Amino acid sequence: MADARKVLIDPLVDNNPVTLQVLGICSALAVTTALLPALLMCIAMTSVAMLSSAAISSIRHHIPNNIRIIVQMTIIASFVIVVDQLLKAYAFETSKQLSVFVGLIITNCIILGRAEAYAMKHGVGMSFLDGLGNGLGYSLVLIIVAIARELFGAGTLLGYEILPLTGNGGWYEANGMMLLPPSAFFIIGLLIWLIRTLRPKQAEHPDYQIHKVHRTEVL
Amino acid sequence: MADAKQKKPSRSRDSISNTLIVAIGISLFCSILVSATAVVLKPQQTRNEELYRQKIVLEVAGLYEPGIAIDESFENIELRLVELASGDYADSPDVNDFDAIAAAKDPASSIAVPADLDIGGIRRRALHAQVYLVRNADGISQVILPVYGSGLWSTMYGYLALERDANTIRGLRFYEHAETPGLGDQIDKPDWRAQWSGKALLDAAGELRIEVVRGQAPADDSHQVDGLAGATLTGRGVSDLLRYWTGSHGFGPYLARLKEEAANDG
Repeated sequence: MADARKVLIDPLVDNNPVTLQVLGICSALAVTTALLPALLMCIAMTSVAMLSSAAISSIRHHIPNNIRIIVQMTIIASFVIVVDQLLKAYAFETSKQLSVFVGLIITNCIILGRAEAYAMKHGVGMSFLDGLGNGLGYSLVLIIVAIARELFGAGTLLGYEILPLTGNGGWYEANGMMLLPPSAFFIIGLLIWLIRTLRPKQAEHPDYQIHKVHRTEVL
Repeated sequence: MADAKQKKPSRSRDSISNTLIVAIGISLFCSILVSATAVVLKPQQTRNEELYRQKIVLEVAGLYEPGIAIDESFENIELRLVELASGDYADSPDVNDFDAIAAAKDPASSIAVPADLDIGGIRRRALHAQVYLVRNADGISQVILPVYGSGLWSTMYGYLALERDANTIRGLRFYEHAETPGLGDQIDKPDWRAQWSGKALLDAAGELRIEVVRGQAPADDSHQVDGLAGATLTGRGVSDLLRYWTGSHGFGPYLARLKEEAANDG
């Protein structure tokens, strides 16, 4: 049980796929201008991560080594198409906003990364939880970024007015930069900074240290 | 997946036969999964697209109000079929079942667009077209024409709403296209769409002047619309498809007829 808990909770902060491993950034830029599409993207991404991890884990003993990546991609791509079709049927207008980005879940490094690193070596149940945990970790970051961008960029959340804009007679001057892709980078960067300050263990070691050069002279 | 699972574990999983079996098994399973989903969800998706198109028609006419059923808002809108060459209304084929895109592919119900006139890049068009007539107490208040043509990557499908004078644009909106996300898809942006309202297709001399320019259009110009940064070719596509569909090979004869009617009425 403790294992299952760890697999599920770890990717939220301690081993977050976006802030620690810095994966899946591209979609985090594109779909976070508003909260609603971001939420839908989170659901889509998390369900694909769960289903594909479980499916790949269930046949992990049969997948030949030399075609394992293409087998994983085929399974992931199929689930992405299924999810895309479901969104088109039941959340049509939001799926139009997400346009190509649901399809691009196929290339989201988090999913292939979890399939290759975890699902190929662990049981079905644990892989399912691992997919869920990583999906939630990704979702957590996406939701934080989307809240910041929609609130400060448009003064709304899920379309409801929170900060009345000066354009509509309120007091808040909308920050247009928040609606442009670079702002997602800034917010993710600040998040990474925050997490690594709170958990210094996550900070990366520098690639080289200048004072070591002196030591080579001694050697 | 299931058939791959039944293989005895003793068999080498890297052997050529196992590789083939797994590859074929996975492909079969995945293709069945994907096609089954697509087939099962198709009716729901088609209905969504139909509703979305109707919503676009209402929006382009400035009649869309959130919360009001789309069917209800359609009460004052009449769907008619126009024979493009003559500009007359036609009763057959049935207007409700008419699909201009499908008809354009069938040689019996379409004609080739002569190359020198085909600025919209559509090659063939149907002989007929659906138009929406919006009525108010005084009669027809605006007409909504379906338009389509090539953008940079894709065919862009949309609706053009014209005032009763058949010359002043009320709105232009696209409901389907696959232009570059972030660049060409700015044609869906509300502030760009808003510019179309009030522009005139023809100038006083009867020349077709409507155009998406590069860069900024002069503020007082009644025919030109701002170009979109990074989407010059999409903008050109929009100009061209409008010029084709409002020109002599498109709705030209029909628009002339509307103008005549308007002159007789008032």
